[in-house]
Amino acid sequence: MTEAQVPRRVGEVVESASDRFVAQCYTLYESPSLGAFVRAGSEGANGDGTPVYGVVYGVSTQSLDPGRPVIARGGDSASEDEVYDANPQLARLLCTRFEAVITGHSAGGSLKQYLPPLPPRIHSFVFECAGDEEREATRSLDFLGLLLGASPFGPGMADEVIAACLRRASAHQEDPRGFLVGAGKALAAYLSRDLTRLDAILRRLRP
Amino acid sequence: MTDGIGPEASQGRYLGMVVDGSVTKGTEIRLDGRTSVEDVKLGTFVTIQGERHRFFGVVTDVGLGSADDSLKHSPPGVEDPFIAEVVSGTAAYGTVKVLPTLTMPAPLGDSEGPSPARTVPAHFSRSYSASEGDVEAVFGREDARHFWVGTPLDMETKVCLDLGALVERSMGVFGKSGTGKTFLTRLLLVGILQSDLASALVFDMHSEYGWQGRNPERGTVVKGLKQLFPSKVVVFSLDEESSRNRGLSPDEVVRIAYDDIEPEDIEVLRENLGLSQVATDAAHDLARRFGARNWLKEFSAMEGREAVFDLAQEIGVNPQALSALHNRLRRFQRYGFLGPKGREDSVRSILEHLDRGMHVVLEFGRYGSDLNAYILVANLLTRRIHERYVRRKEEAEGGSGREPRPLVITIEEAHKFLSPSVASQTIFGTIAREMRKYNVTLMVIDQRPGAIDSEVMSQLGTKLTCLLDNERDIESVLGGAPGGRELRAVLSRLESHQQALIFGHAVPMPVVVRTREYGSAESYEELGRRGVAAGDGSGPRRSLEEELSDLF
Repeated sequence: MTEAQVPRRVGEVVESASDRFVAQCYTLYESPSLGAFVRAGSEGANGDGTPVYGVVYGVSTQSLDPGRPVIARGGDSASEDEVYDANPQLARLLCTRFEAVITGHSAGGSLKQYLPPLPPRIHSFVFECAGDEEREATRSLDFLGLLLGASPFGPGMADEVIAACLRRASAHQEDPRGFLVGAGKALAAYLSRDLTRLDAILRRLRP
Repeated sequence: MTDGIGPEASQGRYLGMVVDGSVTKGTEIRLDGRTSVEDVKLGTFVTIQGERHRFFGVVTDVGLGSADDSLKHSPPGVEDPFIAEVVSGTAAYGTVKVLPTLTMPAPLGDSEGPSPARTVPAHFSRSYSASEGDVEAVFGREDARHFWVGTPLDMETKVCLDLGALVERSMGVFGKSGTGKTFLTRLLLVGILQSDLASALVFDMHSEYGWQGRNPERGTVVKGLKQLFPSKVVVFSLDEESSRNRGLSPDEVVRIAYDDIEPEDIEVLRENLGLSQVATDAAHDLARRFGARNWLKEFSAMEGREAVFDLAQEIGVNPQALSALHNRLRRFQRYGFLGPKGREDSVRSILEHLDRGMHVVLEFGRYGSDLNAYILVANLLTRRIHERYVRRKEEAEGGSGREPRPLVITIEEAHKFLSPSVASQTIFGTIAREMRKYNVTLMVIDQRPGAIDSEVMSQLGTKLTCLLDNERDIESVLGGAPGGRELRAVLSRLESHQQALIFGHAVPMPVVVRTREYGSAESYEELGRRGVAAGDGSGPRRSLEEELSDLF
């Protein structure tokens, strides 16, 4: 896996709530992956001073105008790419959005793994975390509680997101297996009363 | 986790943290995921680092726990090593019950010793297996007063008995037949001899302590006390012929005069002789009729039923009872050691040796298999020695004499002397109850402690017990001991050889030991060493007496 060392700007916040935000990608299909850490806003001159962190919880692509449903266009095309080539307007009519569950924010120069006092502003720039920033975001596993409780797409989704997030994070650790075992034990503490769910997540986590 | 780092470096392996507990039931420790329950064994030592105190305790139970009951019904996919690693110590974990008995002084190694724990460590206190240093701090280093008796299970540290505390009160050595009582007793006697804190008088039923003993397991012969401490031990024999047959020459042969036997001595034998209470009471009437010194001689010498019946008429007792008594007492005539009053007085001789700081082993030879002879002689000698001690102690208190030297009397088959029906009448019952008042204490050795009077059992200061499996015996030994319920599990799981549970005055807390080796040339070398210092200022005088006794 090639790792981007600098955060990549991927889009802007278009919906915002205390526990999650929705961002629209600048480029069609250029969304961060499921379980990736993203940051909305920046410290300093370019932002409002409270960077908010989240984990990508769902990605969707649909028509920008709800009144103009997407129609099938590739009946005569030999490949999918041909469809896009023949209809260059699609890149403007469609858009990719992703939803992130807020897992923390930065305050006073340190990362707090609990909800910020206020959600990010609309049009906050959203970056996909990378390198040190991504490692910092997973240094403590307290955010697991927020992820376990979030279920905007149904209960099974949270488990998928957690597993994806931890698998991604483990790749940047010096001891990926040790990290996953530690994370598994943290999950076991949350899910001591629901061993079936714990088992389901652990099976997705296996290195 | 910080094992092996900083101040915790001196601790043993990290086990887990305290999650529950009480002073009476002990604390429950939830094992860390990295510690397997199989590595923690019953009876091993544990330290717990509380907020202010460091606790020292012993493992009394090991169990399995789970965060949720559903674990039993739908276990997670532990066939995968990753899942197994995550789940162990979290959703499924081991638990250990620890009875914290002592609080350790901080910092360790201070002159202040450990003291009994009166509280429990706080929640989440970290618990470690005890290090060798911890065990040494609790059970003391081997010195003139501390005798190395064995090692804790799974450790090589020495467990030492406080000999001063050991001889101060009566003690008991228990265990089923063949579990190593005799070896343990021999070790204790060696300890007493090494320290010189008391004199020992051993009623050696099977001739195992004096010159040599047997190791039935290996079929070998081990050295007795006389061989280890030639200048300190005197071997008396009741049966010169048996000694000679074994190629030994006792230092003295015991002779007991008919005069010395009193009606009380018959009372102890009542059950063994199968006599009724009326018959034993008749002995007192006989003593009144013939005089305390002559009654047995005169009575045994009577021939014929009529003569006995006439006598019964005369002194007003039941003729049948008197006849039964006559019958049984005539058996005494077979005893070669009994005779008319002679020149030598064995009791006086034994006492003189004890006074000189010597230790006396009385071998019974072939009379060892005759329980009546054993009980008669042990009771009679002890009664007279005790009388002497009481008188001398009182004189010393009155300022007109020297305190008698502490004496430990060792008896085997103790339940014959101390059963509930006779304990109140025998001298041994008296000694056990009045304890150290007259500087005489008992070392009782028995395989049926359940048959010993409970009052006597409760007066024993230190108990050393090998494997017992009879409920009544276990109950009797542990009755009243703090943590008795927990100790019961430990006691019934002792190995059948070389393991003993020790608790009471001579150890700061109950401990299971693998008893020290006895029988190799190396062990003799270590055991025969005299205590580093006698320590009471009477050293030079005593050594002069030793030299004299060696000379003559």
